[in-house]
Amino acid sequence: MQSDLILAGGTVLTADGRVEADVRITDGRIAEIGTGLQGDETIDCTGTWVGPGLVDLHAHFREPGQEWKEDITSGSRAAAAGGYTAVVVMPNTDPATDAGHLARFVADRGTEVGLVDVMPAGAVSKGRAGLELAHLDELWAAGVRVFSDDGDVVADAGLLRRAMDYLAARGGVISQHAVDVGLSRGGYMHEGAVSSLLGMYGIPSAADDVIIARDLELVEVTGARYHVQHLSTANGVAMIAAAKARGLPVTAEVTPHHLAFDHHAAVGTNPVYKMMPPLRSTDDRAALRQGLMDGTIDVVGTDHAPHADHEEEVPWEHAPNGVIGLEWAAAVVNTFATLDQEAFYDRLSVAPARIGQIGGHGLLPAIGVPANLTVFDPNREWTPSSTLSKAQNSPYLGLPLRGKPIVTVYRGAVTAVDGAVAGGGS
Amino acid sequence: MNHFLTIEGLTRDDLGGLLDDADEFVEVLHRPIPKVPALRGKTVATMFFEASTRTKMSFEKAAKALSADTMSFSPGTSSLSKGESLKDTVLTIKAMGTDAMVVRHTATGAPWRIAEWIEQPVLNGGDGAHQHPTQALLDALTIRQHFGTLDGLKIGIVGDIRHSRVARSDIQAFSTLGADVTMVAPRTLLPVVPEVFDATASEDLDDVLSDLDVVYVLRVQAERGGASVFPSLPEYTARYGITKERFARLKPDAVVLHPGPMNRGVEIEGAVADDPRALILDQVFNGVAVRMAVLFRLLGGEHAE
Repeated sequence: MQSDLILAGGTVLTADGRVEADVRITDGRIAEIGTGLQGDETIDCTGTWVGPGLVDLHAHFREPGQEWKEDITSGSRAAAAGGYTAVVVMPNTDPATDAGHLARFVADRGTEVGLVDVMPAGAVSKGRAGLELAHLDELWAAGVRVFSDDGDVVADAGLLRRAMDYLAARGGVISQHAVDVGLSRGGYMHEGAVSSLLGMYGIPSAADDVIIARDLELVEVTGARYHVQHLSTANGVAMIAAAKARGLPVTAEVTPHHLAFDHHAAVGTNPVYKMMPPLRSTDDRAALRQGLMDGTIDVVGTDHAPHADHEEEVPWEHAPNGVIGLEWAAAVVNTFATLDQEAFYDRLSVAPARIGQIGGHGLLPAIGVPANLTVFDPNREWTPSSTLSKAQNSPYLGLPLRGKPIVTVYRGAVTAVDGAVAGGGS
Repeated sequence: MNHFLTIEGLTRDDLGGLLDDADEFVEVLHRPIPKVPALRGKTVATMFFEASTRTKMSFEKAAKALSADTMSFSPGTSSLSKGESLKDTVLTIKAMGTDAMVVRHTATGAPWRIAEWIEQPVLNGGDGAHQHPTQALLDALTIRQHFGTLDGLKIGIVGDIRHSRVARSDIQAFSTLGADVTMVAPRTLLPVVPEVFDATASEDLDDVLSDLDVVYVLRVQAERGGASVFPSLPEYTARYGITKERFARLKPDAVVLHPGPMNRGVEIEGAVADDPRALILDQVFNGVAVRMAVLFRLLGGEHAE
């Protein structure tokens, strides 16, 4: 039996709209929404937003196989601090999550840690090698609903079509790392003015666009649900908008770093700005911000990609792709895009939970709903200076941000307050 | 000046001052005993993570002509081949005691990264296809010696500009010093966005040839790029090679430069390379003088004589 917890005085985003109210949490569920509520523990939420716990469709926790970068414990702690209550972790582990027992291992480790629901995404192909289908039935039976070879594109259109055919009937979603192999080969950054000046091999925007265009044709053929990861180009945004207008079951994601930065960040060749797809032009960034605000882009996915210090202490071209972001994603979105409370929780919780079919999450506060909640102060000015991740490859350390997750409630228990995590032993 | 990493951002006066210093070291190098004690007791480490003959030897000769000691490093025989990281290699050599590091690396920005890890001056001996600033100085010095100035000269840089650190540094140095620079290459070898450089772009060498005062011939870099960037070497030579026939169509006082090493018969015909109006060996000689100027600027300080 848990005691009562009151989140007092915030602006609560309920299914009936926003209300200034207290929320009582009892036995892991929302027991009451009202004013003047009393309980065993009260957290003052005046001036903040109260809404469903944040859900990330795209993170890398590196366990099993690359625990020097991150593990499910450290990743869960970073997630809780960032206001997350559920995280879909990509299958590019070692071994790749391409079979049922591997997915169960990841989910079970998440349960042991107990700070967020860790939802494994399953590989599309065995070993993510792009040659033959992974054990999709087993993965489905293990609860996997998101399928991706992330880190690599599903390059073979025939293989992708078979996976789509297979998953269309079940309702699983293909989450595509949409970067063409040939157009990106040898490239290290966005192909454009900055790469021309640096003499660096570029990755043209067309590398993303040709895959999205191809895949949308396969969505038309198969009717499968299709999600574009880390959208990076203005053309990509336009293609998603057009596909939605045609009624295709298509969704898209943008990362915090593609909202915050553009290719000019590469000038100093600090690998903390090295991503795949790369940070693109200023116009692309503007289109991504607009797409997130108008809903063309459904979700923010962190692409939290931890790498050890020694892997980053190398020249740009030798550094791995990606940055960490779970702890700052909500703040970065609030700083670099203009979202009201409804849109904020939609892009960061409701929509990702729906796309990933993650039960108990992304539900607007109401009596009886599982208490996965995030309290976000949209006006807090702060500058990140440390991280709970094992990695430090973050462009946000030292960057002034506006907005901060101040309380995370997972299954009725407080997991983080103002960036400090409570619990999560193993 | 704490490091010497790039031409970008240097002013006309900065470049002119370095070339003036280099002129004095040219004079030193012509003395019977071509050596001054300016950097006695200093150690210069040449760290060439990418193979080089002339730039490495030129830096070592420059350091020795200033009476500095030199240490060198070659990736093939070093602990790099045992998996040592770049940072550990750099810190190891720093711990032995060095006053400056000359760095060449295949990766863009590597000298900048190294400059974050040590306090000693770092000299860029060429990074990726990005910058090769001492090459630009020696090229500018060679042209200035010949014409007296770069102001108003028409300089055509011909060849693989996209993958050339020499081209990037040269375009920036030549244009800052007042020259009118044209980049000449097939589209696959021009920068993707040529407008970032203060130069015009042309795909037709024969169209611009007769206007040029200087033809700067870039090496066809077979070892770079990997992917096929033009259909065949004979086709490249037919359109962009500096043949005897094209050489004859140049202005009578026009000169030819090449950073070396040359592919005779590909981008430059042997007879052109050996013509007195090819200043290629002057470039090599001047390389020592400009590197002396830069080393002296970074390490000479108040102890200079």
